[in-house]
Amino acid sequence: MKLQTATRLGLYATLELARDPERTLSAADLAERFGVSSHHLAKVLRTLATAGLVQGGRGAAGGYRFIGNRRRTTLMDIVALFEPAPGSRAKEPGEDTEIGGALQRVLTEIDEIAEATLRSVSLETMLKHPM
Amino acid sequence: MVAIRPAQASDLSAISALDERLTGFSKPAYWQDMLAPERHFLVAESDRGALAGFIAGEVRAWEFGQPAAGWVFAIQVDPKTRLKGVGTALFEALAARFRQAGVTRLRTLVDRKDHLILSFFRAQGMVAGPSLQLDMELP
Repeated sequence: MKLQTATRLGLYATLELARDPERTLSAADLAERFGVSSHHLAKVLRTLATAGLVQGGRGAAGGYRFIGNRRRTTLMDIVALFEPAPGSRAKEPGEDTEIGGALQRVLTEIDEIAEATLRSVSLETMLKHPM
Repeated sequence: MVAIRPAQASDLSAISALDERLTGFSKPAYWQDMLAPERHFLVAESDRGALAGFIAGEVRAWEFGQPAAGWVFAIQVDPKTRLKGVGTALFEALAARFRQAGVTRLRTLVDRKDHLILSFFRAQGMVAGPSLQLDMELP
Protein backbone atom coordinates (compact mmCIF):
# COMPACT_ATOMS: atom_id res chain seq x y z
CA MET A 1 0.00 0.00 0.00
CA LYS A 2 1.31 3.41 -0.98
CA LEU A 3 0.60 6.34 1.33
CA GLN A 4 1.06 9.96 0.36
CA THR A 5 4.11 11.62 1.91
CA ALA A 6 1.96 13.82 4.17
CA THR A 7 0.14 10.73 5.50
CA ARG A 8 3.38 8.95 6.29
CA LEU A 9 4.76 12.05 8.03
CA GLY A 10 1.49 12.43 9.96
CA LEU A 11 1.79 8.84 11.21
CA TYR A 12 5.48 9.25 12.09
CA ALA A 13 4.88 12.49 13.99
CA THR A 14 1.78 11.27 15.84
CA LEU A 15 3.34 7.97 16.89
CA GLU A 16 6.63 9.57 17.94
CA LEU A 17 4.84 12.21 20.04
CA ALA A 18 2.36 9.64 21.45
CA ARG A 19 5.25 7.51 22.73
CA ASP A 20 5.64 10.04 25.53
CA PRO A 21 2.82 12.59 25.84
CA GLU A 22 4.86 14.58 28.40
CA ARG A 23 7.58 15.25 25.85
CA THR A 24 7.66 18.26 23.52
CA LEU A 25 9.38 18.04 20.13
CA SER A 26 9.68 20.71 17.43
CA ALA A 27 9.04 20.14 13.73
CA ALA A 28 12.83 20.33 13.27
CA ASP A 29 13.43 17.62 15.95
CA LEU A 30 10.92 15.31 14.28
CA ALA A 31 12.21 16.07 10.78
CA GLU A 32 15.74 15.18 11.84
CA ARG A 33 14.62 11.96 13.51
CA PHE A 34 12.91 10.70 10.34
CA GLY A 35 15.21 12.33 7.79
CA VAL A 36 12.43 14.34 6.15
CA SER A 37 11.78 18.00 5.22
CA SER A 38 10.94 20.13 8.27
CA HIS A 39 8.91 22.52 6.12
CA HIS A 40 6.67 19.67 4.99
CA LEU A 41 6.46 18.32 8.53
CA ALA A 42 5.45 21.74 9.95
CA LYS A 43 2.41 21.74 7.66
CA VAL A 44 1.52 18.18 8.68
CA LEU A 45 1.77 19.13 12.37
CA ARG A 46 -0.66 22.01 11.83
CA THR A 47 -3.17 19.54 10.36
CA LEU A 48 -2.67 17.23 13.36
CA ALA A 49 -3.14 20.21 15.71
CA THR A 50 -6.41 21.23 14.00
CA ALA A 51 -7.61 17.65 14.46
CA GLY A 52 -6.89 17.88 18.20
CA LEU A 53 -4.21 15.20 18.23
CA VAL A 54 -1.24 17.43 19.03
CA GLN A 55 -0.86 20.84 20.60
CA GLY A 56 1.80 23.48 20.56
CA GLY A 57 3.96 25.29 18.11
CA ARG A 58 4.36 28.72 19.74
CA GLY A 59 6.69 30.36 17.21
CA ALA A 60 9.10 28.69 14.82
CA ALA A 61 10.99 26.89 17.60
CA GLY A 62 7.82 25.95 19.50
CA GLY A 63 7.41 22.30 20.26
CA TYR A 64 4.49 19.95 19.86
CA ARG A 65 3.15 17.35 22.25
CA PHE A 66 0.53 14.63 21.89
CA ILE A 67 -2.84 15.48 23.48
CA GLY A 68 -5.05 12.78 21.90
CA ASN A 69 -6.22 9.47 23.33
CA ARG A 70 -3.78 6.66 22.48
CA ARG A 71 -6.39 3.94 22.96
CA ARG A 72 -9.14 5.66 21.00
CA THR A 73 -7.09 6.95 18.06
CA THR A 74 -6.50 4.49 15.24
CA LEU A 75 -4.09 4.64 12.31
CA MET A 76 -7.16 5.23 10.11
CA ASP A 77 -8.01 8.42 12.02
CA ILE A 78 -4.65 9.85 10.96
CA VAL A 79 -4.70 8.45 7.43
CA ALA A 80 -8.17 10.00 6.93
CA LEU A 81 -6.76 13.47 7.68
CA PHE A 82 -4.46 13.30 4.67
CA GLU A 83 -5.94 10.83 2.18
CA PRO A 84 -9.23 11.31 0.31
CA ALA A 85 -12.15 9.46 1.96
CA PRO A 86 -12.75 6.06 0.31
CA GLY A 87 -16.28 6.94 -0.84
CA SER A 88 -15.42 10.39 -2.16
CA ARG A 89 -13.40 9.54 -5.25
CA ALA A 90 -14.63 10.56 -8.68
CA LYS A 91 -15.91 7.94 -11.07
CA GLU A 92 -13.21 6.66 -13.43
CA PRO A 93 -13.91 6.47 -17.17
CA GLY A 94 -15.23 3.05 -18.13
CA GLU A 95 -16.42 2.20 -14.63
CA ASP A 96 -20.01 1.79 -15.81
CA THR A 97 -19.10 -1.01 -18.21
CA GLU A 98 -19.32 -4.67 -17.16
CA ILE A 99 -15.53 -5.04 -17.06
CA GLY A 100 -15.06 -1.68 -15.36
CA GLY A 101 -17.60 -2.65 -12.69
CA ALA A 102 -15.96 -6.05 -12.11
CA LEU A 103 -12.54 -4.40 -11.74
CA GLN A 104 -14.00 -1.86 -9.36
CA ARG A 105 -15.39 -4.64 -7.13
CA VAL A 106 -11.88 -6.13 -6.80
CA LEU A 107 -10.36 -2.72 -5.98
CA THR A 108 -13.12 -2.02 -3.45
CA GLU A 109 -12.40 -5.37 -1.77
CA ILE A 110 -8.74 -4.37 -1.37
CA ASP A 111 -9.71 -0.93 0.01
CA GLU A 112 -12.11 -2.48 2.53
CA ILE A 113 -9.44 -4.83 3.88
CA ALA A 114 -6.91 -1.98 4.08
CA GLU A 115 -9.40 0.22 5.89
CA ALA A 116 -10.37 -2.54 8.34
CA THR A 117 -6.69 -3.06 9.14
CA LEU A 118 -5.95 0.63 9.67
CA ARG A 119 -9.10 1.06 11.76
CA SER A 120 -8.25 -1.87 14.02
CA VAL A 121 -4.78 -0.70 15.03
CA SER A 122 -4.86 1.94 17.78
CA LEU A 123 -1.83 4.07 18.59
CA GLU A 124 -1.65 2.15 21.89
CA THR A 125 -1.54 -1.20 20.07
CA MET A 126 1.05 0.11 17.62
CA LEU A 127 3.34 1.38 20.39
CA LYS A 128 2.87 -1.70 22.56
CA HIS A 129 3.44 -4.31 19.83
CA PRO A 130 5.83 -2.91 17.22
CA MET A 131 5.26 -5.45 14.42
CA MET B 1 -12.50 -8.38 39.60
CA VAL B 2 -13.76 -11.42 37.77
CA ALA B 3 -13.00 -15.11 38.19
CA ILE B 4 -12.41 -17.28 35.12
CA ARG B 5 -13.63 -20.89 35.25
CA PRO B 6 -14.79 -23.58 32.80
CA ALA B 7 -18.38 -23.18 31.64
CA GLN B 8 -20.97 -25.67 32.92
CA ALA B 9 -24.38 -26.72 31.67
CA SER B 10 -25.92 -24.42 34.30
CA ASP B 11 -24.23 -21.39 32.60
CA LEU B 12 -25.79 -22.06 29.20
CA SER B 13 -28.95 -20.01 29.60
CA ALA B 14 -26.99 -16.92 30.75
CA ILE B 15 -24.41 -17.40 27.95
CA SER B 16 -27.12 -17.83 25.35
CA ALA B 17 -29.02 -14.78 26.61
CA LEU B 18 -25.91 -12.54 26.63
CA ASP B 19 -24.95 -13.66 23.13
CA GLU B 20 -28.47 -13.18 21.79
CA ARG B 21 -28.62 -9.69 23.31
CA LEU B 22 -25.35 -8.74 21.55
CA THR B 23 -25.73 -10.51 18.20
CA GLY B 24 -29.49 -10.75 17.76
CA PHE B 25 -29.23 -14.51 17.07
CA SER B 26 -30.44 -17.22 19.42
CA LYS B 27 -28.26 -20.36 19.13
CA PRO B 28 -28.58 -22.48 22.32
CA ALA B 29 -27.64 -25.74 20.52
CA TYR B 30 -24.35 -24.16 19.37
CA TRP B 31 -23.42 -23.17 22.93
CA GLN B 32 -24.44 -26.62 24.18
CA ASP B 33 -21.97 -28.16 21.67
CA MET B 34 -19.19 -25.93 23.04
CA LEU B 35 -19.34 -27.94 26.29
CA ALA B 36 -17.83 -30.94 24.43
CA PRO B 37 -14.73 -32.22 26.27
CA GLU B 38 -12.28 -31.38 23.44
CA ARG B 39 -13.37 -27.73 23.53
CA HIS B 40 -12.33 -24.97 25.87
CA PHE B 41 -15.34 -23.00 27.02
CA LEU B 42 -14.63 -20.49 29.79
CA VAL B 43 -16.77 -17.97 31.61
CA ALA B 44 -15.90 -14.82 33.53
CA GLU B 45 -17.95 -14.43 36.68
CA SER B 46 -18.30 -11.26 38.75
CA ASP B 47 -17.82 -11.51 42.51
CA ARG B 48 -21.63 -11.50 42.80
CA GLY B 49 -21.77 -14.61 40.63
CA ALA B 50 -23.15 -12.90 37.51
CA LEU B 51 -21.91 -13.79 34.02
CA ALA B 52 -19.53 -11.04 32.82
CA GLY B 53 -18.41 -12.77 29.62
CA PHE B 54 -17.31 -15.99 27.97
CA ILE B 55 -14.83 -17.35 25.43
CA ALA B 56 -14.85 -20.58 23.43
CA GLY B 57 -12.15 -22.28 21.42
CA GLU B 58 -10.47 -25.51 20.43
CA VAL B 59 -7.11 -26.85 19.27
CA ARG B 60 -7.49 -27.99 15.66
CA ALA B 61 -4.75 -29.50 13.49
CA TRP B 62 -4.60 -29.33 9.67
CA GLU B 63 -7.75 -27.25 9.43
CA PHE B 64 -7.43 -25.52 6.02
CA GLY B 65 -3.98 -27.10 5.63
CA GLN B 66 -2.52 -25.32 8.68
CA PRO B 67 -0.60 -27.08 11.48
CA ALA B 68 -2.18 -27.26 14.94
CA ALA B 69 -3.35 -23.95 16.38
CA GLY B 70 -5.72 -22.83 19.08
CA TRP B 71 -8.83 -21.40 17.45
CA VAL B 72 -10.97 -18.80 19.18
CA PHE B 73 -14.53 -19.42 18.02
CA ALA B 74 -16.33 -16.80 20.08
CA ILE B 75 -15.82 -14.18 22.76
CA GLN B 76 -18.44 -11.91 24.30
CA VAL B 77 -18.29 -9.51 27.22
CA ASP B 78 -21.29 -7.90 28.90
CA PRO B 79 -21.23 -4.23 27.76
CA LYS B 80 -21.76 -3.20 31.42
CA THR B 81 -18.36 -4.66 32.36
CA ARG B 82 -16.42 -3.57 29.25
CA LEU B 83 -13.10 -1.71 29.54
CA LYS B 84 -12.41 -3.52 32.83
CA GLY B 85 -10.13 -6.17 31.41
CA VAL B 86 -12.72 -8.99 31.31
CA GLY B 87 -12.04 -9.74 27.63
CA THR B 88 -8.29 -9.72 28.19
CA ALA B 89 -8.63 -12.03 31.22
CA LEU B 90 -10.72 -14.48 29.16
CA PHE B 91 -8.30 -14.28 26.23
CA GLU B 92 -5.28 -14.90 28.45
CA ALA B 93 -6.95 -17.82 30.23
CA LEU B 94 -7.77 -19.48 26.91
CA ALA B 95 -4.24 -18.79 25.57
CA ALA B 96 -2.78 -20.46 28.70
CA ARG B 97 -4.92 -23.56 28.07
CA PHE B 98 -3.83 -23.66 24.44
CA ARG B 99 -0.18 -23.47 25.54
CA GLN B 100 -0.78 -26.33 27.98
CA ALA B 101 -2.25 -28.31 25.10
CA GLY B 102 1.07 -27.84 23.30
CA VAL B 103 0.22 -25.32 20.58
CA THR B 104 2.16 -22.13 19.95
CA ARG B 105 -0.29 -20.29 17.71
CA LEU B 106 -3.70 -18.77 18.32
CA ARG B 107 -6.07 -18.00 15.49
CA THR B 108 -9.51 -16.51 14.93
CA LEU B 109 -11.82 -15.12 12.23
CA VAL B 110 -13.32 -11.67 12.60
CA ASP B 111 -15.95 -9.68 10.73
CA ARG B 112 -13.84 -7.00 9.05
CA LYS B 113 -16.56 -4.39 9.64
CA ASP B 114 -16.59 -5.12 13.39
CA HIS B 115 -13.91 -2.65 14.44
CA LEU B 116 -14.49 -3.22 18.15
CA ILE B 117 -13.58 -6.90 18.13
CA LEU B 118 -10.84 -6.39 15.51
CA SER B 119 -9.24 -3.75 17.74
CA PHE B 120 -9.54 -6.04 20.75
CA PHE B 121 -7.63 -8.87 19.09
CA ARG B 122 -5.07 -6.40 17.69
CA ALA B 123 -4.53 -5.02 21.19
CA GLN B 124 -3.68 -8.58 22.30
CA GLY B 125 -0.89 -8.55 19.71
CA MET B 126 -2.67 -10.46 16.94
CA VAL B 127 -1.90 -9.58 13.31
CA ALA B 128 -3.23 -10.78 9.92
CA GLY B 129 -2.67 -14.55 9.64
CA PRO B 130 -1.53 -16.61 6.66
CA SER B 131 -5.03 -17.33 5.31
CA LEU B 132 -7.58 -15.23 3.50
CA GLN B 133 -11.21 -16.13 4.05
CA LEU B 134 -13.28 -16.44 0.87
CA ASP B 135 -16.98 -17.02 0.47
CA MET B 136 -19.87 -16.84 -1.98
CA GLU B 137 -23.61 -17.09 -2.25
CA LEU B 138 -24.45 -20.56 -3.63
CA PRO B 139 -26.05 -20.24 -7.03
